[in-house]
Amino acid sequence: MEKTAEEIFQDKIDREIRIEPRDWMPEKYRQTLIRQISQHAHSEIIGMLPEGNWITRAPNLRRKAILLAKVQDEAGHGLYLYSAAETLGISRDEMYEQLHSGRAKYSSIFNYPTLSWADMGAIGWLVDGAAIMNQVPLCRTSYGPYARAMVRVCKEESFHQRQGFEILLTLSKGTQAQRDMAQDALNRWWWPSIMMFGPKDDESPNTVQSMRWKIKRFTNDELRQKFVDICAEQVKILGLTLPDPDLKWNEATGHYDFGVINWDEFWQVVSGNGPCNKQRLDARRKAWNEGAWVREAATAYAAKRAARQAEKRA
Amino acid sequence: MQASTNLISTTDFLLHLADNALIMGHRNSEWCGHGPVLEQDIAISNIALDCIGQARNFYQYAARLMGEGHTEDSLAYLRDERAFRNCLICELPNGDWAQTVLRLYFFSTYQYFLFQQLQHNSDAELAGIAAKSLKEVTYHLRWSSEWVIRLGDGTEESRQRILQALDALWPYTGELYTPVAYESVGEADMASIQTAWLDHVKAVLEEATLSMPDMGWMQQGGKTGIHTEHLGYILAEMQFLQRAYPGAEW
Repeated sequence: MEKTAEEIFQDKIDREIRIEPRDWMPEKYRQTLIRQISQHAHSEIIGMLPEGNWITRAPNLRRKAILLAKVQDEAGHGLYLYSAAETLGISRDEMYEQLHSGRAKYSSIFNYPTLSWADMGAIGWLVDGAAIMNQVPLCRTSYGPYARAMVRVCKEESFHQRQGFEILLTLSKGTQAQRDMAQDALNRWWWPSIMMFGPKDDESPNTVQSMRWKIKRFTNDELRQKFVDICAEQVKILGLTLPDPDLKWNEATGHYDFGVINWDEFWQVVSGNGPCNKQRLDARRKAWNEGAWVREAATAYAAKRAARQAEKRA
Repeated sequence: MQASTNLISTTDFLLHLADNALIMGHRNSEWCGHGPVLEQDIAISNIALDCIGQARNFYQYAARLMGEGHTEDSLAYLRDERAFRNCLICELPNGDWAQTVLRLYFFSTYQYFLFQQLQHNSDAELAGIAAKSLKEVTYHLRWSSEWVIRLGDGTEESRQRILQALDALWPYTGELYTPVAYESVGEADMASIQTAWLDHVKAVLEEATLSMPDMGWMQQGGKTGIHTEHLGYILAEMQFLQRAYPGAEW
C-alpha cells in the first residue's frame, strides 16, 4: 500500500532525518514550529530590555563591555531565529505584529524587573542556565533551520552563563553589602527561573505531540529536575543559598527534592499580570513605532537608488 | 619641570581622547534594545562597544603614566564633571535616529582624520591605539555617512528630521577641530584636519541633497571641562555603583 505523506513524514522523523523547508509537513507541525520559534525569537528581543537596563550603570568598563556585547548577542539570536521562522512561511513583520498586539507570547521571566547589578549575575547564571537546558536538546530538533540556529545560540549562551556566574562569584567574595545584593537577586530570580521550563508535564498540552515530532526531546519536568540538581550544587561554590527550604538531596531518587512551585504566579505573569509585562511590550512598541519613519526612509532611498541605476544602464 | 609639564599634557590629551570615546559610546549604548530595525540595533550597539573599547585603551595608558594607583576605572568612574575633557557634541542627548546618526557622522569624521595622523605619533603606544581604532572608525564613518545620505534623500519626513538634526548639532562641530593647548601632544596638523572635515561633510551633505550650513557661532568648552548640563546626568548614572559602594570590586 502507498504510504501517505503524513506517514512518510513521521517515518523521516523516526529515522532522525531532518525536515527541511521544502519538505512536506503537516500543517500542525508547521504551526507548532512557527509558534515555538517566534516565541523564542521574541524572548531574545524582549530579553534585551531587562539587561539593557544596566548597560549605562555597569560598575566598571570591563563589565560594561561584556554586558553590552551580551545584549547585542541576544539581538543576533533574535535575528537567526526570526530567519528560521521565516522559512516556514511567515514574515518578520507578521511576527512583530503578533508580539506587539499581545497575541504572541515570550518567556515570562523577562517580565520581572532588574533591580540591582547582582541581577545581571542571576540572569546569566539562572535564566541563561535554564535557557541552555531547554535549548541544547533543540540543537537536535527535527526541523533543520531551527536546529542549526540553535547550535549557534547555544555556543553563545553557555558563554553568557559563565559570565553571569562569575559576576555572582565576585559579589560573593566582596563586601557584606555585595553578598546581600547577590543573595537578594537569587531570592528573586530562583523561582521564576525554574518556572521557565513551563507547566508540569500533566498540564502541558503540547508536550506529547511535540515529543512525537521530535521538536521536543525531554519533558518540562525532566529538564526542570536536571536544572535544579545542577544549581543546588553550584550555589555551594557561591556560598549563597537558593530560597527553598524544601530543597534537599534525596538518596533514593538520586535527585534534589524541591518545594512547590507557585503556579498561580506563573499563570498570572503569562496572562499579562507580571510586574513588567506592560513596560516591556510598551518599550518594544515604542521602538517599532518610532522607527517607522526610519524604515520608510531606507525603503524610499533604496528604491530611488535602484531607479537611478536602472536609468544609467538604460 | 619640563618633563612633568609634558606628562600632564600627555595625560590630558589621553583623557580627552578617552572621554570622547566613552561618552560617545555611552550615548550610543542607550539605543541597545530600542533601535528602529533589529540589524541597526546590532550595528549601533556594536559601534558603542568599539567606542568603549577605544576609551579603555586610552584610559589604561593614561593610568599607567599617571601612576599613584590610577586605573581605567578610577579615571572613568571617579572623576567629576569638570575633569572630563570630551567634546560637547558627544554628550548631547540622542534625540531621534537622525540626530544620533548625524552626531556619529560628525564625530567619526573628526576621529578618522585625527587618528590618521595620530597613528604616526612619536609616542608608539598612542600611535598603536590610534592605528587600531582607525579600523573601527573607518567602519563607523561609512555606516553613519550612509545613514545621513539615506535620511537626507529618503522621504520628506526623514529629510525634515535630518535638517532639524543639522540645525541642532552644527554649533557643536567647531569644537572638534579647534585645538586647545594639550592637543599639541597629538603632533597633528589641526588646520588640515579642519579642512578635511569640512570637505568630507560638504560632500556627504551634497550626496544627501542637503546644503552646508553657514559656519556661524560655535560652542566650545568641553575640552577644558566646561560642559553642557547633560554630562552631569550621564556621570550620575554611569558612576552610581562606584560612588555608592566605594572601594568595592565588581
